[in-house]
Amino acid sequence: METTFIMYGAAVLALAVSFFKNRQKTLQALKKAWKAFENILPQFLGVLVLTGLMLAALNPETIGDLIGEKSGWWGTLMAAVIGSITLIPGFVAFPMAALLLQKGAGAMQIAAFVSTLMMVGVITFPVERKYFGTKTALLRNLLAFGFSFLVAFIIDLVVKA
Amino acid sequence: MKKMLKRYWFFMATSVVMIAVLIFNTEFGLSALSVTAFSVKEMLLVIPPIFILLGLLDVWVPREIMVKYMGQGSGIRGMVLSIIAGSVAAGPLYGAFPIAAVFLKKGASLMNVFIFIGAWSTTKIPMFLFEYSALGPRFALTRLLVDIPGIVILALVLHALLSEKDRHEIIDRAEKIE
Repeated sequence: METTFIMYGAAVLALAVSFFKNRQKTLQALKKAWKAFENILPQFLGVLVLTGLMLAALNPETIGDLIGEKSGWWGTLMAAVIGSITLIPGFVAFPMAALLLQKGAGAMQIAAFVSTLMMVGVITFPVERKYFGTKTALLRNLLAFGFSFLVAFIIDLVVKA
Repeated sequence: MKKMLKRYWFFMATSVVMIAVLIFNTEFGLSALSVTAFSVKEMLLVIPPIFILLGLLDVWVPREIMVKYMGQGSGIRGMVLSIIAGSVAAGPLYGAFPIAAVFLKKGASLMNVFIFIGAWSTTKIPMFLFEYSALGPRFALTRLLVDIPGIVILALVLHALLSEKDRHEIIDRAEKIE
Protein backbone atom coordinates (compact mmCIF):
# COMPACT_ATOMS: atom_id res chain seq x y z
CA MET A 1 0.00 0.00 0.00
CA GLU A 2 2.87 2.40 0.76
CA THR A 3 4.00 2.01 -2.82
CA THR A 4 0.69 3.44 -3.98
CA PHE A 5 1.23 6.44 -1.74
CA ILE A 6 4.71 6.93 -3.18
CA MET A 7 3.35 6.88 -6.72
CA TYR A 8 0.62 9.36 -5.79
CA GLY A 9 3.19 11.52 -4.03
CA ALA A 10 5.42 11.50 -7.10
CA ALA A 11 2.52 12.21 -9.45
CA VAL A 12 1.13 15.05 -7.34
CA LEU A 13 4.55 16.61 -6.87
CA ALA A 14 5.34 16.37 -10.59
CA LEU A 15 1.93 17.82 -11.44
CA ALA A 16 2.45 20.73 -9.04
CA VAL A 17 5.88 21.56 -10.46
CA SER A 18 4.52 21.26 -13.98
CA PHE A 19 1.55 23.47 -13.13
CA PHE A 20 3.75 26.26 -11.76
CA LYS A 21 6.03 26.08 -14.77
CA ASN A 22 3.41 25.94 -17.47
CA ARG A 23 -0.34 25.54 -17.07
CA GLN A 24 -0.92 24.92 -20.76
CA LYS A 25 1.55 22.05 -20.88
CA THR A 26 0.14 20.57 -17.68
CA LEU A 27 -3.33 20.52 -19.15
CA GLN A 28 -1.91 18.92 -22.27
CA ALA A 29 -0.17 16.27 -20.14
CA LEU A 30 -3.43 15.44 -18.36
CA LYS A 31 -5.20 15.15 -21.68
CA LYS A 32 -2.52 12.78 -22.91
CA ALA A 33 -2.78 10.77 -19.71
CA TRP A 34 -6.52 10.40 -20.18
CA LYS A 35 -6.18 9.50 -23.85
CA ALA A 36 -3.54 6.87 -23.13
CA PHE A 37 -5.78 5.40 -20.44
CA GLU A 38 -8.91 5.48 -22.57
CA ASN A 39 -6.99 3.86 -25.39
CA ILE A 40 -6.10 0.77 -23.35
CA LEU A 41 -9.21 0.66 -21.14
CA PRO A 42 -11.05 -2.03 -23.17
CA GLN A 43 -8.10 -4.42 -22.74
CA PHE A 44 -7.81 -3.56 -19.04
CA LEU A 45 -11.48 -4.36 -18.49
CA GLY A 46 -11.21 -7.70 -20.27
CA VAL A 47 -8.11 -8.55 -18.24
CA LEU A 48 -9.91 -7.78 -14.98
CA VAL A 49 -12.89 -10.00 -15.80
CA LEU A 50 -10.53 -12.79 -16.79
CA THR A 51 -8.57 -12.31 -13.56
CA GLY A 52 -11.77 -12.85 -11.58
CA LEU A 53 -12.55 -16.09 -13.39
CA MET A 54 -8.97 -17.38 -13.08
CA LEU A 55 -8.54 -16.55 -9.41
CA ALA A 56 -11.92 -18.01 -8.49
CA ALA A 57 -10.76 -21.27 -10.04
CA LEU A 58 -7.25 -21.04 -8.59
CA ASN A 59 -7.68 -19.85 -5.03
CA PRO A 60 -4.80 -20.17 -2.54
CA GLU A 61 -6.05 -23.55 -1.29
CA THR A 62 -6.10 -25.03 -4.80
CA ILE A 63 -2.66 -23.64 -5.53
CA GLY A 64 -1.40 -25.07 -2.25
CA ASP A 65 -2.77 -28.50 -3.19
CA LEU A 66 -1.07 -28.39 -6.58
CA ILE A 67 2.38 -27.30 -5.50
CA GLY A 68 2.18 -27.75 -1.75
CA GLU A 69 4.22 -30.91 -1.53
CA LYS A 70 7.76 -31.57 -2.56
CA SER A 71 6.70 -32.32 -6.06
CA GLY A 72 10.01 -31.96 -7.89
CA TRP A 73 10.24 -30.71 -11.44
CA TRP A 74 6.65 -31.59 -12.16
CA GLY A 75 5.56 -29.40 -9.26
CA THR A 76 7.90 -26.69 -10.44
CA LEU A 77 6.36 -26.80 -13.91
CA MET A 78 2.92 -26.66 -12.33
CA ALA A 79 3.97 -23.72 -10.17
CA ALA A 80 5.37 -21.90 -13.19
CA VAL A 81 2.15 -22.42 -15.14
CA ILE A 82 0.00 -21.22 -12.24
CA GLY A 83 2.23 -18.17 -11.79
CA SER A 84 1.93 -17.40 -15.51
CA ILE A 85 -1.84 -17.50 -15.69
CA THR A 86 -2.61 -15.70 -12.45
CA LEU A 87 -2.45 -12.00 -11.74
CA ILE A 88 -2.07 -11.43 -8.01
CA PRO A 89 -0.81 -8.20 -6.47
CA GLY A 90 2.47 -8.59 -4.58
CA PHE A 91 1.01 -7.74 -1.20
CA VAL A 92 -1.23 -10.79 -1.56
CA ALA A 93 1.22 -13.05 -3.38
CA PHE A 94 4.24 -12.85 -1.06
CA PRO A 95 2.46 -13.66 2.20
CA MET A 96 0.70 -16.46 0.32
CA ALA A 97 4.03 -17.81 -0.95
CA ALA A 98 5.44 -17.62 2.58
CA LEU A 99 2.46 -19.59 3.86
CA LEU A 100 2.93 -22.24 1.17
CA LEU A 101 6.60 -22.53 2.12
CA GLN A 102 5.63 -23.06 5.76
CA LYS A 103 3.20 -25.74 4.70
CA GLY A 104 6.02 -27.66 3.06
CA ALA A 105 6.19 -26.43 -0.51
CA GLY A 106 9.71 -26.51 -1.90
CA ALA A 107 11.73 -23.35 -2.48
CA MET A 108 12.09 -24.37 -6.13
CA GLN A 109 8.33 -24.45 -6.68
CA ILE A 110 7.76 -21.20 -4.83
CA ALA A 111 10.57 -19.51 -6.76
CA ALA A 112 9.12 -20.65 -10.08
CA PHE A 113 5.71 -19.43 -8.98
CA VAL A 114 6.94 -16.01 -7.83
CA SER A 115 9.12 -15.53 -10.90
CA THR A 116 6.47 -16.34 -13.50
CA LEU A 117 3.85 -14.48 -11.49
CA MET A 118 5.86 -11.32 -11.94
CA MET A 119 7.43 -11.83 -15.37
CA VAL A 120 4.92 -13.83 -17.39
CA GLY A 121 1.47 -12.47 -18.10
CA VAL A 122 -0.93 -14.75 -19.93
CA ILE A 123 -3.95 -12.76 -18.77
CA THR A 124 -2.34 -9.42 -19.60
CA PHE A 125 -1.26 -10.69 -23.01
CA PRO A 126 -3.96 -8.67 -24.84
CA VAL A 127 -2.55 -5.48 -23.31
CA GLU A 128 1.04 -6.36 -24.17
CA ARG A 129 0.09 -7.39 -27.67
CA LYS A 130 -1.56 -4.06 -28.35
CA TYR A 131 1.72 -2.24 -27.72
CA PHE A 132 4.28 -4.74 -28.97
CA GLY A 133 2.51 -7.01 -31.43
CA THR A 134 1.82 -10.72 -31.12
CA LYS A 135 5.29 -12.01 -31.99
CA THR A 136 7.23 -9.85 -29.56
CA ALA A 137 4.75 -10.33 -26.74
CA LEU A 138 4.77 -14.08 -27.25
CA LEU A 139 8.57 -14.28 -27.37
CA ARG A 140 9.00 -12.12 -24.28
CA ASN A 141 6.63 -14.29 -22.28
CA LEU A 142 8.20 -17.54 -23.47
CA LEU A 143 11.70 -16.31 -22.64
CA ALA A 144 10.59 -15.14 -19.21
CA PHE A 145 8.88 -18.51 -18.63
CA GLY A 146 12.05 -20.43 -19.48
CA PHE A 147 14.19 -18.06 -17.43
CA SER A 148 12.02 -18.67 -14.38
CA PHE A 149 13.18 -22.29 -14.25
CA LEU A 150 16.77 -21.14 -14.07
CA VAL A 151 15.80 -18.76 -11.26
CA ALA A 152 13.99 -21.59 -9.47
CA PHE A 153 16.97 -23.91 -9.85
CA ILE A 154 19.46 -21.38 -8.48
CA ILE A 155 17.23 -20.34 -5.58
CA ASP A 156 16.79 -24.00 -4.70
CA LEU A 157 20.57 -24.46 -4.62
CA VAL A 158 21.13 -21.37 -2.48
CA VAL A 159 18.32 -22.03 -0.01
CA LYS A 160 19.41 -25.65 0.45
CA ALA A 161 23.10 -24.73 0.88
CA MET B 1 -20.65 1.18 -33.33
CA LYS B 2 -18.53 -1.21 -35.34
CA LYS B 3 -15.41 0.47 -34.00
CA MET B 4 -16.77 0.11 -30.50
CA LEU B 5 -17.40 -3.60 -31.07
CA LYS B 6 -13.90 -4.07 -32.39
CA ARG B 7 -12.36 -2.30 -29.41
CA TYR B 8 -14.42 -4.05 -26.78
CA TRP B 9 -14.71 -7.58 -28.21
CA PHE B 10 -12.29 -9.01 -25.64
CA PHE B 11 -14.12 -7.40 -22.73
CA MET B 12 -17.47 -8.53 -24.14
CA ALA B 13 -16.26 -12.09 -24.69
CA THR B 14 -14.96 -12.36 -21.13
CA SER B 15 -18.18 -10.79 -19.82
CA VAL B 16 -20.28 -13.36 -21.67
CA VAL B 17 -18.25 -16.13 -20.01
CA MET B 18 -18.76 -14.43 -16.65
CA ILE B 19 -22.52 -14.21 -17.18
CA ALA B 20 -22.68 -17.84 -18.30
CA VAL B 21 -20.75 -18.90 -15.21
CA LEU B 22 -23.06 -16.83 -13.00
CA ILE B 23 -26.07 -18.62 -14.48
CA PHE B 24 -24.71 -22.15 -14.38
CA ASN B 25 -22.66 -22.00 -11.20
CA THR B 26 -23.78 -19.03 -9.19
CA GLU B 27 -21.50 -19.63 -6.23
CA PHE B 28 -18.38 -19.81 -8.39
CA GLY B 29 -19.60 -16.88 -10.49
CA LEU B 30 -20.10 -14.68 -7.46
CA SER B 31 -16.65 -15.49 -6.18
CA ALA B 32 -15.19 -14.64 -9.61
CA LEU B 33 -17.21 -11.43 -9.70
CA SER B 34 -15.92 -10.40 -6.29
CA VAL B 35 -12.31 -10.93 -7.43
CA THR B 36 -13.01 -8.81 -10.50
CA ALA B 37 -14.57 -6.11 -8.35
CA PHE B 38 -11.50 -6.15 -6.13
CA SER B 39 -9.22 -5.92 -9.17
CA VAL B 40 -11.21 -3.02 -10.62
CA LYS B 41 -10.84 -1.18 -7.32
CA GLU B 42 -7.13 -1.95 -7.32
CA MET B 43 -6.78 -0.69 -10.88
CA LEU B 44 -8.63 2.53 -10.13
CA LEU B 45 -6.37 3.06 -7.14
CA VAL B 46 -3.04 2.19 -8.72
CA ILE B 47 -3.38 3.33 -12.31
CA PRO B 48 -4.04 7.13 -12.14
CA PRO B 49 -0.54 8.19 -10.99
CA ILE B 50 1.07 5.95 -13.63
CA PHE B 51 -0.85 7.64 -16.43
CA ILE B 52 -0.35 11.13 -15.01
CA LEU B 53 3.41 10.56 -14.90
CA LEU B 54 3.21 9.17 -18.43
CA GLY B 55 1.44 12.31 -19.64
CA LEU B 56 3.95 14.60 -17.94
CA LEU B 57 6.82 12.56 -19.36
CA ASP B 58 5.37 12.87 -22.83
CA VAL B 59 4.94 16.63 -22.58
CA TRP B 60 8.07 17.67 -20.69
CA VAL B 61 10.90 15.35 -21.66
CA PRO B 62 12.38 16.48 -24.97
CA ARG B 63 13.20 13.84 -27.54
CA GLU B 64 16.90 14.73 -27.52
CA ILE B 65 17.17 13.98 -23.81
CA MET B 66 15.51 10.58 -24.18
CA VAL B 67 17.71 9.73 -27.16
CA LYS B 68 20.82 10.83 -25.32
CA TYR B 69 20.15 8.89 -22.13
CA MET B 70 18.19 5.85 -23.31
CA GLY B 71 18.54 5.87 -27.09
CA GLN B 72 20.72 3.85 -29.37
CA GLY B 73 24.33 4.26 -28.32
CA SER B 74 23.45 5.16 -24.75
CA GLY B 75 25.42 2.04 -23.83
CA ILE B 76 25.80 0.74 -20.31
CA ARG B 77 24.52 4.01 -18.87
CA GLY B 78 21.31 3.63 -20.85
CA MET B 79 20.86 0.08 -19.61
CA VAL B 80 21.46 1.07 -15.99
CA LEU B 81 19.01 3.96 -16.33
CA SER B 82 16.42 1.61 -17.82
CA ILE B 83 16.79 -0.81 -14.92
CA ILE B 84 16.47 2.05 -12.43
CA ALA B 85 13.44 3.51 -14.21
CA GLY B 86 11.69 0.13 -14.12
CA SER B 87 12.71 -0.66 -10.56
CA VAL B 88 11.52 2.52 -8.89
CA ALA B 89 8.04 2.16 -10.36
CA ALA B 90 5.11 0.65 -8.59
CA GLY B 91 2.12 -0.94 -10.19
CA PRO B 92 1.15 -4.02 -12.15
CA LEU B 93 3.06 -5.04 -15.28
CA TYR B 94 0.25 -3.89 -17.54
CA GLY B 95 1.03 -0.34 -16.38
CA ALA B 96 4.55 -0.65 -17.81
CA PHE B 97 3.49 -1.11 -21.42
CA PRO B 98 1.93 2.34 -22.03
CA ILE B 99 4.97 3.98 -20.42
CA ALA B 100 7.27 1.83 -22.56
CA ALA B 101 5.39 3.08 -25.61
CA VAL B 102 6.03 6.71 -24.63
CA PHE B 103 9.73 5.89 -24.11
CA LEU B 104 9.86 4.40 -27.61
CA LYS B 105 8.02 7.33 -29.12
CA LYS B 106 10.53 9.68 -27.52
CA GLY B 107 13.47 7.81 -28.98
CA ALA B 108 14.57 5.27 -26.35
CA SER B 109 16.11 2.20 -27.95
CA LEU B 110 14.05 -0.96 -28.19
CA MET B 111 16.73 -2.83 -26.26
CA ASN B 112 16.48 -0.38 -23.35
CA VAL B 113 12.70 -0.52 -23.42
CA PHE B 114 12.85 -4.32 -23.10
CA ILE B 115 15.20 -3.89 -20.13
CA PHE B 116 12.80 -1.37 -18.61
CA ILE B 117 9.89 -3.82 -18.93
CA GLY B 118 12.00 -6.61 -17.46
CA ALA B 119 12.93 -4.44 -14.49
CA TRP B 120 9.35 -3.30 -13.99
CA SER B 121 8.18 -6.89 -14.09
CA THR B 122 10.52 -8.27 -11.50
CA THR B 123 13.04 -6.01 -9.74
CA LYS B 124 10.69 -3.34 -8.47
CA ILE B 125 12.12 -2.00 -5.22
CA PRO B 126 8.81 -1.81 -3.31
CA MET B 127 8.04 -5.42 -4.25
CA PHE B 128 11.56 -6.49 -3.30
CA LEU B 129 11.07 -5.12 0.21
CA PHE B 130 7.85 -7.07 0.46
CA GLU B 131 9.49 -10.24 -0.79
CA TYR B 132 12.43 -9.76 1.58
CA SER B 133 10.22 -9.63 4.64
CA ALA B 134 7.87 -12.43 3.54
CA LEU B 135 10.31 -14.96 2.09
CA GLY B 136 13.57 -14.05 3.74
CA PRO B 137 16.88 -12.52 2.62
CA ARG B 138 18.27 -15.67 0.97
CA PHE B 139 15.30 -16.12 -1.30
CA ALA B 140 14.80 -12.45 -2.17
CA LEU B 141 18.46 -11.53 -2.61
CA THR B 142 19.23 -14.58 -4.75
CA ARG B 143 16.29 -13.81 -6.99
CA LEU B 144 17.36 -10.19 -7.32
CA LEU B 145 20.96 -11.11 -8.12
CA VAL B 146 19.89 -13.60 -10.78
CA ASP B 147 17.27 -11.26 -12.18
CA ILE B 148 19.43 -8.21 -12.80
CA PRO B 149 21.75 -9.87 -15.33
CA GLY B 150 18.81 -12.03 -16.43
CA ILE B 151 16.77 -9.02 -17.48
CA VAL B 152 19.61 -7.70 -19.64
CA ILE B 153 20.29 -11.10 -21.21
CA LEU B 154 16.59 -11.71 -21.91
CA ALA B 155 16.33 -8.26 -23.51
CA LEU B 156 19.38 -9.02 -25.69
CA VAL B 157 17.95 -12.38 -26.77
CA LEU B 158 14.50 -10.94 -27.42
CA HIS B 159 16.00 -8.10 -29.45
CA ALA B 160 18.13 -10.55 -31.45
CA LEU B 161 15.13 -12.79 -32.20
CA LEU B 162 13.24 -9.94 -33.85
CA SER B 163 13.76 -9.04 -37.48
CA GLU B 164 14.44 -5.49 -38.59
CA LYS B 165 10.84 -5.38 -39.79
CA ASP B 166 9.47 -6.49 -36.40
CA ARG B 167 11.46 -3.77 -34.66
CA HIS B 168 10.18 -1.09 -37.01
CA GLU B 169 6.63 -2.29 -36.50
CA ILE B 170 6.91 -1.90 -32.74
CA ILE B 171 8.23 1.64 -33.05
CA ASP B 172 5.51 2.48 -35.59
CA ARG B 173 2.90 1.20 -33.16
CA ALA B 174 4.28 3.38 -30.37
CA GLU B 175 4.34 6.43 -32.60
CA LYS B 176 0.75 5.91 -33.65
CA ILE B 177 -0.50 5.91 -30.07
CA GLU B 178 -1.26 9.53 -29.35
